[in-house]
Amino acid sequence: MKVPVVKSILAANDQIAQENRQLFDEKGVMAVNIMASPGAGKTSLILRTIERLRDKARIGVIEGDVASSIDADRIAQEGVPVVQINTGGGCHLDANMLRAALPSLNLDELDILFIENVGNLICPANFRLGAHIQAMLASIPEGDDKPYKYPGMYQGVDALVVNKIDLLPYVRFDMERFRKGVAALNPDVAIFEVSCVTGKGVQDWAEWLMQKKDTLLRRG
Amino acid sequence: MHELAVTQGMLSVVLEHAEKAGAKKVTDIYLVIGDLSTFVDDSVQFYFDFLSKGTLAEGATLHFRRVPATFRCWDCGNTFTHNGRDLSCPRCGGSRLEIIAGKEFYVESIEVE
Repeated sequence: MKVPVVKSILAANDQIAQENRQLFDEKGVMAVNIMASPGAGKTSLILRTIERLRDKARIGVIEGDVASSIDADRIAQEGVPVVQINTGGGCHLDANMLRAALPSLNLDELDILFIENVGNLICPANFRLGAHIQAMLASIPEGDDKPYKYPGMYQGVDALVVNKIDLLPYVRFDMERFRKGVAALNPDVAIFEVSCVTGKGVQDWAEWLMQKKDTLLRRG
Repeated sequence: MHELAVTQGMLSVVLEHAEKAGAKKVTDIYLVIGDLSTFVDDSVQFYFDFLSKGTLAEGATLHFRRVPATFRCWDCGNTFTHNGRDLSCPRCGGSRLEIIAGKEFYVESIEVE
């Protein structure tokens, strides 16, 4: 006997992601899912953004890593509430891991929650967490061909931060080719060219986040 | 690695529908996987054999239908499949594209006894 099913295999994850989103909305917290390959500068970007926004918004961070608490320790030094999730080999965060970590933060006392996903350009795109903003961080040494090679990741994001622009004079990276690939997949994405070393461009990204937060809160 | 989690999800979808249908055994599972979905057939099969032991679905045959990454050009409306190199329309050279297929990942149907 044939039984028709037609059910997404990620439905269970999507359901929990929706519940996470509801919780964020109730608490008035804007959640930002930051995805990138390892070493692109996710933690550095979060630290630089905290510098710019800490007087304007109450910030919390969730750090996803395969192992260790190196990143969480860097954030904690800044006096920002942080929770480390170790996936124990898992290559991405999923909605359930995030849900389990949320009680460790007092969401009533936060305006923005950065969720640093595991460094990976593949599966984080498939596993929704419930964040309001999907942000991707690319970096110059990775090369300008990445939108062509990882279309799924580039297609689904609201913001794209291109880090390490201070290395442009030393690395073969054709920004026009890179942007063309991005525009093909995601013409409406907000793009920010930054350097977390010099701080260049970070302000624009931080202001964009604040605008998004204000819009979301007004709507809520 | 992420196939472990998704195979677990797939198995629970299958078992839920098998139990609803009053099945004693699941013999075949028909899956649809898009080329952009990042899931690998062999890996799903590997985890399935392990996870399904002792369930209604133990020993079921997995059938994979792959869906190629398909794009539509915003400029000329042409639809084409991704050649893995360039991201522009082969007809007009346009570079504003929409992904219209290739991200699927679902259980289409199951065969039960």
